[in-house]
Amino acid sequence: MTDLITLAQEGGLTDEGVATIGKGLVYGLAAIGPGIGVGLVFSSAIEAMARQPETAGETRTTMFLGFALIEALALIGFVLSFII
Amino acid sequence: MELDVNHLFFWDPILFEGTPFSFNRVTLLMVVAGLLCLAFFKAGAKGRLVPKGFFQNAAEQGYTFVRNQIAVDVIGPKDGPKYAPYLASLFFFIFFCNLLEIVPGINFPVTSRMAVPAALSLLTYVIFVFVGFKKQGLRFLKDTLFPPGVPKPVYLLLTPIEIASVFIIRPLTLAIRLLANMMAGHVLLTIFFLFTHDFIWPWQEGGLGISAVLGPVTFVVACGLLVFEMLVISIQAYIFTLLTAFYIAESIHGHGDHADTSEHEAHQVETQRPLTEGIEAPATAA
Repeated sequence: MTDLITLAQEGGLTDEGVATIGKGLVYGLAAIGPGIGVGLVFSSAIEAMARQPETAGETRTTMFLGFALIEALALIGFVLSFII
Repeated sequence: MELDVNHLFFWDPILFEGTPFSFNRVTLLMVVAGLLCLAFFKAGAKGRLVPKGFFQNAAEQGYTFVRNQIAVDVIGPKDGPKYAPYLASLFFFIFFCNLLEIVPGINFPVTSRMAVPAALSLLTYVIFVFVGFKKQGLRFLKDTLFPPGVPKPVYLLLTPIEIASVFIIRPLTLAIRLLANMMAGHVLLTIFFLFTHDFIWPWQEGGLGISAVLGPVTFVVACGLLVFEMLVISIQAYIFTLLTAFYIAESIHGHGDHADTSEHEAHQVETQRPLTEGIEAPATAA
């Protein structure tokens, strides 16, 4: 990894530039898993609502609960990209 | 062009500078949101049995939504209405704080500074821990740290995870979720309107180029994002309230899913229903 950084510095990348790339990577990588997860949550919820429209209210509450818990991971990545 | 994010979130004090009561734009906007909340309910609570006018209808509809869709649905028909006032104030305070993000001329969500979400989530934290001890006594601590129905050696692994998830990660994620959503929205809107400004400016001065195409595009995208932020604002207020209700419900009914069965049983005894009808949730019948 240090070899890579020195190589990057010789190529004209400064420390700051490497840090900026890192910040971008933090959020980009943190968004992959939650993106898939949120997609699964909503697809299952839509399926459940289409199959049993009479329980749509309950399904929606549970859907938002799962959505919120998954989304937190992506948002922690977003905040981390500001902190580091 | 380098964007310094700090310029978007930090403001100089305008009153009482240097004292602990230092007052800046964020504090002022928080007071404005609180007053808006107060005025909204003041206008709504006229005491007329038949609602009349926009504000009374909106306030009654909003309160009914929080009470039925969040408090009763999640906490249960017996304990739910008791917590409805707290949940409703939480919902509307967060909603008005967030709403300032897209109000023209203000464009700053108060909840994008950590102090506000942190204070609200600490309040929720204190309430759900207190309610847990009040309703279940020391069994709350025992059930939370050592969930029943698990082989003994597993506790070595499970107890630290439970401590971290219930007492540390819960309030932390509650605050960070609201903060990060509003921060992201604020930065996103700022960037797109800044792009619009930067692209349209050379265009006005006669320098036609790529900016003539990009300027209108970023403007349209920024307007679309305003609508999207409206959605995020409502959903974040809803999610914060929903999770608060969920945590309180878990403190009242105990850990895990046996809460639902006990509630169903109680409901059945109450109404003397046959077993086959007990499957539907009591909340939908209420």
